[in-house]
Amino acid sequence: MPSTFEYTWDTPVYKGKTSFSTGLFIGGKFVDGSNGTTIDVINPATGKVITKIAEGTPKDVDLAVAAAHKAFETSWGLKCPGSERGRLLSKLADLMEEHNDEYAALEALDNGKTFNWAKNADLGLSIGTIRYYAGWADKVHGSTIETGEDKLNYTRHEPIGVVGQIIPWNFPLMMLAWKIGPALATGNAIVLKPSEFTPLTALLTAKLIQEAGFPPGVVNIVNGYGSTVGQAISEHMAIEKVAFTGSTLVGRKVMEASAKSNLKKVTLELGGKSPSIVFDDADLNVAVNWAAHGIYFNHGQTCCAGSRIFVHEKIYDAFLEKFTAKSKSLKVGDPFATDSFQGPQVSEIQFNRVMGYIESGKQEGATLHLGGHRIGNEGYYISPTIFTDTKPDMRIVREEIFGPVGVVIKFKDDDDIIHQANDTVYGLAAAVFTTNVNRAIKTAHALHAGTVWVNCSNTLYANVPFGGYKQSGIGRELGEYALDNYTAVKAIQINLT
Amino acid sequence: MAQPVEISIAAASRKVTVPTGLFINNEFVPSVDSNELIQCINPATEEVICSVVAGSVADIDRAVAAARAAYNTTWGKNVGPLERARLLHRLADLMERDRDTLAELESLNNGKPVRVARDFDIGDSIGCLRYYAGWADKITGQTIEVDNKTKLAFTRHDPIGVCGQIIPWNYPINMWAWKVAPALACGCTIVMKPSEITPLTALKLSELIVEAGFPPGVVNTVPSLGSVGGAALAAHPDVDKVAFTGSTVTGRKIMEAAAKSNLKKASPERALLAILEQVSLELGGKSPHIVFASADLEQAANWAALGILYNTGQDCTAGSRLFVQDTVYDKFISILVSKAKEIVVGNGFDEKTSGGPVVSKMQYDKVWSYIESGKQEGAKVILGGQKRAGKGFFVDPTIFTDVRPDMKIVRDEIFGPVLAVAKFSTEEEAVKLANDTSYGLGAGLHSKDADQCMRVSSALEAGTVWVNQYNLLYNNVPFGGKKQSGIGRELGSYALEEYTSVKAVHWNFGEKLDWPF
Repeated sequence: MPSTFEYTWDTPVYKGKTSFSTGLFIGGKFVDGSNGTTIDVINPATGKVITKIAEGTPKDVDLAVAAAHKAFETSWGLKCPGSERGRLLSKLADLMEEHNDEYAALEALDNGKTFNWAKNADLGLSIGTIRYYAGWADKVHGSTIETGEDKLNYTRHEPIGVVGQIIPWNFPLMMLAWKIGPALATGNAIVLKPSEFTPLTALLTAKLIQEAGFPPGVVNIVNGYGSTVGQAISEHMAIEKVAFTGSTLVGRKVMEASAKSNLKKVTLELGGKSPSIVFDDADLNVAVNWAAHGIYFNHGQTCCAGSRIFVHEKIYDAFLEKFTAKSKSLKVGDPFATDSFQGPQVSEIQFNRVMGYIESGKQEGATLHLGGHRIGNEGYYISPTIFTDTKPDMRIVREEIFGPVGVVIKFKDDDDIIHQANDTVYGLAAAVFTTNVNRAIKTAHALHAGTVWVNCSNTLYANVPFGGYKQSGIGRELGEYALDNYTAVKAIQINLT
Repeated sequence: MAQPVEISIAAASRKVTVPTGLFINNEFVPSVDSNELIQCINPATEEVICSVVAGSVADIDRAVAAARAAYNTTWGKNVGPLERARLLHRLADLMERDRDTLAELESLNNGKPVRVARDFDIGDSIGCLRYYAGWADKITGQTIEVDNKTKLAFTRHDPIGVCGQIIPWNYPINMWAWKVAPALACGCTIVMKPSEITPLTALKLSELIVEAGFPPGVVNTVPSLGSVGGAALAAHPDVDKVAFTGSTVTGRKIMEAAAKSNLKKASPERALLAILEQVSLELGGKSPHIVFASADLEQAANWAALGILYNTGQDCTAGSRLFVQDTVYDKFISILVSKAKEIVVGNGFDEKTSGGPVVSKMQYDKVWSYIESGKQEGAKVILGGQKRAGKGFFVDPTIFTDVRPDMKIVRDEIFGPVLAVAKFSTEEEAVKLANDTSYGLGAGLHSKDADQCMRVSSALEAGTVWVNQYNLLYNNVPFGGKKQSGIGRELGSYALEEYTSVKAVHWNFGEKLDWPF
């Protein structure tokens, strides 16, 4: 029998408690992993173990796929009308809303982001995404297509069947919502692997999925490691589609596994090295505030972080001064303190990785303009960090750091900046700061990025698509576009003669 | 006047408070300049339920002004899609909560069985609100490539503005939902004129509008005579769109008034577009129902009976002309008659009742005059055709056979449980007979021959064709008429087009204009 995790908070920002099973959620039940082993869940603010959760294995993935397949054939898929799928998703959103603050506290405990950010950013978009896709469930239309009076041609947008979903640790609940929302709205059954670093909000959601009344097996949650559970999902012969969000390195593995197994459909949301571009006619305060948000939001652990900040040489000094002051003003501390802006990085591994990049920046000759050090000696806290005087070939300019580390680079004109901004294998997002809207439009159209923000950064809506150009990914999430990831188009041609 | 009244629903041992004022700016108020009242009658007992304020032309002005003010300040483009969705869901929740009370009030005023009102009318209405709540944040325009070097072109689907909505008495709550839901989802504000015969549930639902949290002026409800309030809405220069469901005579007046005032967008269901088409006196719906020899006769009889008896035949898509293939005619008719005999027509509060009275004395007299005309024109009555003694506007299922295409009972819309049956021998003949009408709202066919189903469904001139069923609708499938049965579509994604207005934006960021050109 899996153990129940119980936790009580008594903090300045939240007092409350949570309770849910730590087992794998398969076929509507919470069960132990087939090996009986567990994974430690660490609180990154202290480095200490919060609890243990059941560890899934490839055998558990088989069981989950079987449960999903059975649900798809009997009580889900096209056996369940869209209006009912929508009703269940709405119910889940209602339940999540009832547990709003508890979720925020749990996410802060598990991931290290501050309670306030979790409550005000993560929860709103997570619940909003579920509600948004609830509304799509009975609106998945095909087309009727004229060829002549002798034929009736139409398309159906059918659910794919059993889909695999692998999500990261940076926005655990939100990434879960982005995945299950469109998949369930279109009638698919799911085997989902949360990140082994941040499984807790997924387990609370499993409890609410049960409570909402989804038929057993429609959503299965199998915690475990990427190399075991993630790999098993990617190469499973009975999973016909896999959606992965994470590093580009692992994204390649997912795609390889698909190629080697059953050519399952693959959508990927991968890394980024997104440019924030500040033109000389930008509103400097707007640019500074949003550029800071772009790199420090979520401690820089955001795929679309604006981690390369390009500033026109005419305003470079003025920008840097304000940007430095802004960066210094951000309070790093306990996720449950009332005034913390930034908590710890999610894990020791990530902490070491970010510190490694900071070291490489220094060694490759960049100027460490601000920060660059650990804060405190408990928990994985890193100070907001700025590098200047960089060269395009430096690792801190080319590679995704995934921490609160920004590089600030000078540029001289529009052609120069388009070239520099696009000079990356990534293409997830970009931000453009200018008060000249024509310039904004031209620049936005020239950037090779899936999202271009103008005079803002890192803002997302459930109904606006998100995804990458180039090596930042394949496919789009959010908006109506996500439905395409989870439907298979069948064309039916009926001969009437 | 304008005070709420307490109505006793004896059969349910319940008392219901019903507001009787005009609902403007989230308040129930008296008329600004009139003492006129509308009497609401219980059609099963012919007793007065209560009286409500009758809106005047000045009251319509006031309501439109309230709707315009709300559109400019708290609604329209000032309210985001998530908030519109949230409020629509909340309204649906409240309707769900008050389901029983609303069903009983609907039955009291309209006559339909309580259980039908609760499970179908209100069930579908709740679904309709939720369906359109889901659309609120999915109203997208297009971006369109014109010249990538210099231009950005895109469309915005703006809310159309202040909408006048005029609804009938046959499905008061359901017609209210069909109108209110898409209009609000798109960001429009509303002046709703419910039927003067059945205004009570619209007024009760207005209380839920307040409780759900809609800002004042977003929805306004003005019961009024069609010739007063309806006409005023249709002619009002500050109403951007009028949506009408109801009698064809009135529908034509709506179109004329709209054409003469501000060319407002008018989509009357079943009305004649007088500007372009020939005027005809034969208007409305007279939907054909075809039974082919290969049909499952038992099932076809069920659906055919449903098609003319549901809602006591007071349905715009009533399958009121039945065409049966000659080789199965006798067998089918005998099954149909026995099905019709099983339907209990009675008081809506009786659980056994499947059909209530017709809604009013006027309708009662109209239906009976058609029955008399059928007899006089030589059609044969094989079921019903006899008036009941006692109180209540009850009309029992009536079936005429041996009809000719020129008979009034075959050409005119009766709007009661009166069926005209004719024989046919070939598929071509059936299609010809079916399409021989100026209407085009619904049609049904029963056949096990798949190719025949395809051919016939393609040939029938109707906005909804039912194959091996009848009458059933879904909130996500569009509904509306061809020919003289109407303009525009309700339900489905199509209804959004009725409540949005497309703006194309051409944005130049690179082209310089030479002068002189």
